[in-house]
Amino acid sequence: MQCYLELSNVGIEFNTNNVPFKALSNVNLKVNKGDFVSLIGHSGCGKSTILNIIAGLHQATEGGVILEGRQVDSPNPDRAVVFQNHALLPWLTVYENVELAVKQVFKGRRPASEVKGWVEHNLDLVSMTHAKDKLPHEISGGMKQRVGIARGLSMEPKVLLMDEPFGALDALTRAHLQDELMRIHSSLNNTVIMITHDVDEAVLLSDKIVMLTVGPEASIGELLEVNLERPRDRLALADDTAYIGYRNDVLRFLYGGTH
Amino acid sequence: MEAILNKIRLTLPSANSFDFASGSAITKMFRSWILAGTGILVFLFMWHVAASNINTSLGQFPGPTQVWEQVGSLKADYQREKQRERDFMVRQQERNAERLAVDPDYDARIRPYTGRPTFVDQVQTSLLTVGFGFFIATIIAIPLGIICGLNSSIYSAINPLIQVFKPVSPLAWLPLVTMVVSALYVSDSEVFTKAFVTSAITVSLCSLWPTLINTTVGVTSVDKDLINVSRVIQLPAHLHVTKIVLPSAVPMIFTGMRMSLATGWMVLIAAEMLAQNPGLGKFIWDEFQNGSSDSLGRIMVAVIAIGLIGFALDKIMLLIQRKVSWDKTAVLR
Ligand SMILES: Nc1ncnc2c1ncn2[C@@H]1O[C@H](COP(=O)(O)OP(=O)(O)O)[C@@H](O)[C@H]1O
Ligand SMILES: [Mg+2]
Repeated sequence: MQCYLELSNVGIEFNTNNVPFKALSNVNLKVNKGDFVSLIGHSGCGKSTILNIIAGLHQATEGGVILEGRQVDSPNPDRAVVFQNHALLPWLTVYENVELAVKQVFKGRRPASEVKGWVEHNLDLVSMTHAKDKLPHEISGGMKQRVGIARGLSMEPKVLLMDEPFGALDALTRAHLQDELMRIHSSLNNTVIMITHDVDEAVLLSDKIVMLTVGPEASIGELLEVNLERPRDRLALADDTAYIGYRNDVLRFLYGGTH
Repeated sequence: MEAILNKIRLTLPSANSFDFASGSAITKMFRSWILAGTGILVFLFMWHVAASNINTSLGQFPGPTQVWEQVGSLKADYQREKQRERDFMVRQQERNAERLAVDPDYDARIRPYTGRPTFVDQVQTSLLTVGFGFFIATIIAIPLGIICGLNSSIYSAINPLIQVFKPVSPLAWLPLVTMVVSALYVSDSEVFTKAFVTSAITVSLCSLWPTLINTTVGVTSVDKDLINVSRVIQLPAHLHVTKIVLPSAVPMIFTGMRMSLATGWMVLIAAEMLAQNPGLGKFIWDEFQNGSSDSLGRIMVAVIAIGLIGFALDKIMLLIQRKVSWDKTAVLR
């Protein structure tokens, strides 16, 4: 059976000042449509590199990525990226940031008259309509990250790629955005690949957790299927034995000493 | 002096310490005005003392009062010259009218007045020249800088040339520019004379580099994440430049343009002196050659005018930068 997104034998070698550095090797991963997948691993092991290869921003030097039966070799809005530090254009308002992406994606596909409605709809999804005319430096970090997510969602991507989207946020804001992300994911049912270094976040949000070994030549160490009932509630799960079990699995992998 | 300073201190909220960080915006501004004023007063005083002790072959070095007198005398010169021009025009019109009354077929013409250029005329010429030269440099340097910043191959091809030509004093170019302009440039225009074009090109040649280099650096240092955003949404080249590259590079471009304008203005004066092209530089040279007892005072007026104009030009650039820049909170100085 052919799956939605497949990474087969992906490897990459960087050449910095003619010193080759093999960051990834033999990364194999299959993702189904509608899956929420988390990538977890120690800092510097190559999580962002995997995400960038899927996005087409980096070229794998070995193997390749196949999305819906087609090889991925360049960036495309069908693989939208939410960057770690939001990457909003500071000179555009919240609305204009999303609009810039929507206009590009709509080009030749949908009439320009629908742009406004679609931008507003996506800002609404992340509850940012009230600040749509503000500049990025006028809103908080959490709000910026939401706009980044709105921009990603507005492209109606086949896969939404998120690189530590909540990494720079305080715990309360992060919890709030996680809940919002779960709500959006359950209503839109998009395929999401998210990098995180937060074990709770990974277990709470994911259908699959991909655990990476330490680099160089990092690859996938373990794959954990999280079979928890949705919608998930963080308070109810806190005492759930299955949840605690998954959590311990990930912790053991990360800090167990074998990797 | 001490008494004045004490008085100033008393009017300030924190009377016994000059604490620049505290105080409301108004007292801060008030303080900076007072400090600037004090600085100027001290300078004028020291200038006065120093000047009265320097004797040159053209008489005593001019102090503040003599220079101020020369400002008045230059103003009078200007007004006298304007009056002459007006009289000349009126005379011509009268004469034409008389002729026409006698002979209706007479081809009445008004000849332009060709008097001695006054200080004000020279200032205007210099401003026009620096503006034109700077304009030419900017419309070449910014697009070229953007291209160099976006394309590392082109940058590698052009960079050695930039490095070699950048340190060349434009005065070294001056003879070449003069000869080329006089060989190739033909014009009857009153404004775009050969001398004007020569000076302007010389200004362009030196104000090209700071803008070019800063634009290149500004374009290459666009945030990597923003470039990735552009790649993901597949922004076409022209939108990539206008929506992402240019706004990011605007602060650097303006830094370069301000440096360019400042060097351009400095070089222009020197070029005008050397080439005897009309402008403030020629005014200084003529006064120097003239060698009257007023000359040094008049030159000093020109020196101060050059400084004030340079300062004003930079302030104008700063205002434009504020208008153009997206980041209204940035502190620009
Ligand atoms: N463009 C690059 N050039 C050279 N080395 C890189 C590049 N990008 C990443 N690396 C290296 O690859 C490794 C993985 O980086 P990265 O994917 O950013 O890790 P993380 O898991 O923290 O996101 C690191 O050792 C990093 O130094
Ligand atoms: Mg990373």
